[in-house]
Amino acid sequence: MAKITSLTVHETLDGLKNKEFTALELAKAYLAAMEEKRALNAYVLETAETALAQAEESARRYRDGTARALEGIPLGIKDLFCTKGIRTTACSHILDGFVPPYESTVTANLFAAGAVCLGKLNMDEFAMGGSNETSYYGPAVNPWQEEKKLVPGGSSGGSAAAVAANICAAATGTDTGGSIRQPAAFCGVAGIKPTYGRCSRYGIVAFASSLDQAGPIAKDVRDCALLLNVMAGYDAKDSTSVKTETPDFTKALGQSVKGLKVGVPAEYRPTGLNAEIAACWDKGIKILREAGAEVVEISLPHTRYALPVYYIIAPAEASSNLARYDGLRYGLRVPGEHLDNMYVNSRTAGFGVEVKRRIMVGTYVLSAGYYDAYYLKAQKVRRLIRDDFVRAFNDCDVILTPTSPTTAFPIGDAQMKENPINMWLNDVFTVSVNLAGLPGMSLPAGLSANGLPLGLQLIGRAFDEETMFKAAAVLEKEIGFERLK
Amino acid sequence: MAIDRQTVSRTAFLSRLKIDDDKIDAAENEFNKILNWVEQLNEVNTDDVAPLTAVNENALVCREDKVTEGGQADEILANAPMAEYGYFVVPKVVE
Repeated sequence: MAKITSLTVHETLDGLKNKEFTALELAKAYLAAMEEKRALNAYVLETAETALAQAEESARRYRDGTARALEGIPLGIKDLFCTKGIRTTACSHILDGFVPPYESTVTANLFAAGAVCLGKLNMDEFAMGGSNETSYYGPAVNPWQEEKKLVPGGSSGGSAAAVAANICAAATGTDTGGSIRQPAAFCGVAGIKPTYGRCSRYGIVAFASSLDQAGPIAKDVRDCALLLNVMAGYDAKDSTSVKTETPDFTKALGQSVKGLKVGVPAEYRPTGLNAEIAACWDKGIKILREAGAEVVEISLPHTRYALPVYYIIAPAEASSNLARYDGLRYGLRVPGEHLDNMYVNSRTAGFGVEVKRRIMVGTYVLSAGYYDAYYLKAQKVRRLIRDDFVRAFNDCDVILTPTSPTTAFPIGDAQMKENPINMWLNDVFTVSVNLAGLPGMSLPAGLSANGLPLGLQLIGRAFDEETMFKAAAVLEKEIGFERLK
Repeated sequence: MAIDRQTVSRTAFLSRLKIDDDKIDAAENEFNKILNWVEQLNEVNTDDVAPLTAVNENALVCREDKVTEGGQADEILANAPMAEYGYFVVPKVVE
């Protein structure tokens, strides 16, 4: 038998049900693997004690026949999710030592379904970044070609790295502009950003509230469905969570895509698109066509404006959300002579460079005299971007694109450092989905010539993750991507 | 719209962030790069377009206006850098 840590969530559940191993043995195997892989810097906090206590309870429930949906499944939790009694910092210095007295709804749902908490995962500070390099705890390392020290992507870099390296069975992530899908693509794992409103944002440290959405990062498509089944659902504690039924997403897996209309947007193939990424996309198109889907050319004409819209709206919302960090009620306090000095000193010492950059941009675009020119303008173009999708979905049922314009790049890459916009361009294929509030998913689609994972993205109609899952399962089966063992 | 040193300083003040004097030029330069880049939005005609403020419009749910979780002062103060007598402690604000 393969190492138990290499198993997917559904294989692990089978193993537990068939008594091939116990939940306690499983948790111990993961804790040992985590220790062995500490050089990846995927975890910023390991919670062995909690994990073992939860695993013992799971073992008991398997013996009693009272096992729940994810009983005994060891998860890594992105450090953006508040976990009761477990330090949560959003990988920022300003939240030093913050121990939430409450649990985020998404993690509460997972633990109520029997999941086991292995620890908190590394990420870009406040989820602002595309490489995990803005973390106060230093970057996580991509487990692919580990010796080359490539980025795992971001912001959910620790989550994707940990899943790929088999140091958790699956992980939670959040996605504001591509933060689940891009790292999933860079690390050769699957990840889904659900429809805005599908998962509660309660207890998730806020970045840009009109865009943030939680979702799973996992080893395969079925695992994503199993996790999303539990994570999703209406929550009275989040006013933007939507009152709608959560379907059993696994039911979409294995369904035929015959007659399904797959949209291929012309704007996602700009001149100069990396040839390997274009070829990978073509392969995906061919697979779906051969499986009986109808491929239709669509147009999303405002695509090129999505990034500038995002880099007005996201910083604007962030500058407002991050105003709460004042050194007063929690986290880092740097003394000052007067109250105002204390605010300034605490915030200046507590926030990293990228976070400060975005707070400044956000403050500026919301300030008197500039609001209409920037923020209001961006909100108007945001509507046009959303309308593009509404129109496109008159002609197709699901959209297929690449996830990212590049593969994983080296930590400290000079070109990325030279201009912050170079890093932001990584989200060119993912960011529109957040602006439109749609579900998007990345799945591993092959390797580049230099052996690095490539990702394909599926985009669905609002609250139609099922069609996405259906197409993803067909692609996954045909691609036969080999995960790291 | 190019911005100047003064605007950078004022934005930093509004953000409650301090930028060292020797770093203001670099910040100004970077700020202008970002603003030039986002200003490509001016190419788009948005004359008759309403701003999109929420993707799930009209989906807000109302609840009864009553306290659901109150009386948790100790939990709330547990993370305070300084707390005394059930209050947050701040530097003196009144002379």
